[in-house]
Amino acid sequence: MSTEETRSPLLHASDGAAADRVFRYTITTCGLAVLGVLLLIVYELVLRSGLSWHAFGFKFFAASEWDPVNEQFGALPFIYGTLVSSLVALIIAVPLAVGVAVFTTEMCPKKLRGPLSFFVELLAAIPSVIYGLWAIFVLVPLLSGYVQPFLGKTLGWTGLFTGPPYGIGMLAAGIILAIMIIPIISSITREVLMVVPQHQREGVLALGATRWEMIRVGVLRNARAGIVGGIILGLGRALGETMAVTMVIGNRPEIAKSLFAPGYTMASVLANEFSEATGDVYLSALIEIGLALFLVTIVVNALARLMVWTVTRGQPARANV
Amino acid sequence: MSETTSSKTSVPPISLRRRLTDHAMTAASVLTVVIVLAPLVAIFGYLVYRGIGSINWDFLTKTPKPVGELGGGMANAIVGSMMILAIASIIGVPFGVGAGIYLAEFGRNRLGSIIRFTADVLNGVPSIVIGIVGYAIVVLYQHHFSALAGGVALAIMMVPTISRTTEEMLLLVPQALREAAYGLGVPRWRTTLSIVLRTATSGVITGIMLAFARIAGETAPLLFTTLGNQFWNTRPGEPTAALPLQIYVYANSPYEDWHRQAWAGSFVLIILIVGSVAAVRYVVRRGSFGTA
Repeated sequence: MSTEETRSPLLHASDGAAADRVFRYTITTCGLAVLGVLLLIVYELVLRSGLSWHAFGFKFFAASEWDPVNEQFGALPFIYGTLVSSLVALIIAVPLAVGVAVFTTEMCPKKLRGPLSFFVELLAAIPSVIYGLWAIFVLVPLLSGYVQPFLGKTLGWTGLFTGPPYGIGMLAAGIILAIMIIPIISSITREVLMVVPQHQREGVLALGATRWEMIRVGVLRNARAGIVGGIILGLGRALGETMAVTMVIGNRPEIAKSLFAPGYTMASVLANEFSEATGDVYLSALIEIGLALFLVTIVVNALARLMVWTVTRGQPARANV
Repeated sequence: MSETTSSKTSVPPISLRRRLTDHAMTAASVLTVVIVLAPLVAIFGYLVYRGIGSINWDFLTKTPKPVGELGGGMANAIVGSMMILAIASIIGVPFGVGAGIYLAEFGRNRLGSIIRFTADVLNGVPSIVIGIVGYAIVVLYQHHFSALAGGVALAIMMVPTISRTTEEMLLLVPQALREAAYGLGVPRWRTTLSIVLRTATSGVITGIMLAFARIAGETAPLLFTTLGNQFWNTRPGEPTAALPLQIYVYANSPYEDWHRQAWAGSFVLIILIVGSVAAVRYVVRRGSFGTA
């Protein structure tokens, strides 16, 4: 901060200097509060998961038994459920989200562009609990009535689509997560695609490429790192998503190969059991799951920011909308 | 694009395979748009259809009836949500705007970069984890659940969003404006508050409203902070009903009448949120900073 301004002789020298110092300290405190909140989160999670950490150590993440009555806690089914539901979501969401982004930036008439991105962003504004409500009463009956019997008949041999078609389960969770992360992935992809210089497109077209070849070679290839960043950001959201998943995944701590089977995620077990946890070890085990979830999402998000940043370079990536 | 390369030049015509691929991919991306918009239309359509059919005067003015009795409403949850959101805004907005001012006006250094990165990271922390923190820092000291704990948790979620949007908006204010103020001998604090912040007001408010819309529908951080309540409560220190919580409980219940009320509650909630987002768009379009 260089204060090169020359003070008007009409003003007293002391004027404002003290006030400026107070202002600067106040504002800096607000800035430091952001840092403080993060440290507070880490401190509380580490402190309050200590009991569970001492009792189970690393075995906590490898054991699959979750028995609050006998105070035996293993987080493996939850980790499995979180990873698989997020993976299913990504498999569904990525092609759709990238497709929408490509359409809005490269193909769509200018007039349609604004409303279209507004509608996709509107998806991000719907609260998670409403997605869950819709999933319970519309998506799940649809799955159990039509989609699951069909998948079981055609793809049952893979082992991924076997068992009774209840509707509720890993597949329903994956689909609702996919609907929820599409806006994030697609808005970041759109942002990244728009940064690709126009002359790249013109260059490839001048070589005689068709529009799709231009998009593939001239646009998508250049934006690769940023798109992957957007996908990872979507993954970060999917990993921590709680309400909608809790409402449709079935909430049973089991590891099953079939996507029709009920499962449980790290976030859902917190949502269901935290306020009813009796006993210090039980509560501590839940907080340790929270700590693990926190660490994973931090790593995933930091990675994503870095990748988006390498493409947009300096332009702030607006991920919160 | 292809009429310039007609057959009289030596450029070979684009092969059928390449043309078909081009058309196929165009069709595919149109299809993705349709597939993505379908659930949006389905969710909104169903919400309006079930919501309007379920909402009535009782719903807006009465408290929940005991299990098994028909009727009742979510009036206490609507008021409770407003109280929790007010607490969150009172704590979150000043800190968020303050942090944004710091980042924009004093943050061109190492500490600024660290805080900027921290805010981005905080943005990605799952809301349920924030709920644990609200539980640990408020509920454990109060020894019972309260609206205050929920407000604190939601405030933590507001700060990073507000600070980053505020920073973006303040940086759009031309440097010349600041220099002009300094040239007139206006102290720095006065320049920042009365000139820079004032100029960027509409943008800053946009950021605040977006953060507000984001936390208004949050359920996970409230589960074990405000807990919910079947009765009227206007004291911030007590367990309080909240609209998203009530929707969650009713949706998971086996009662038809509660399902109806869950839809009505969702309708009220979405009106609140979409209303504020639309208001934001309106303000942004009217304001001088239309780039947000």
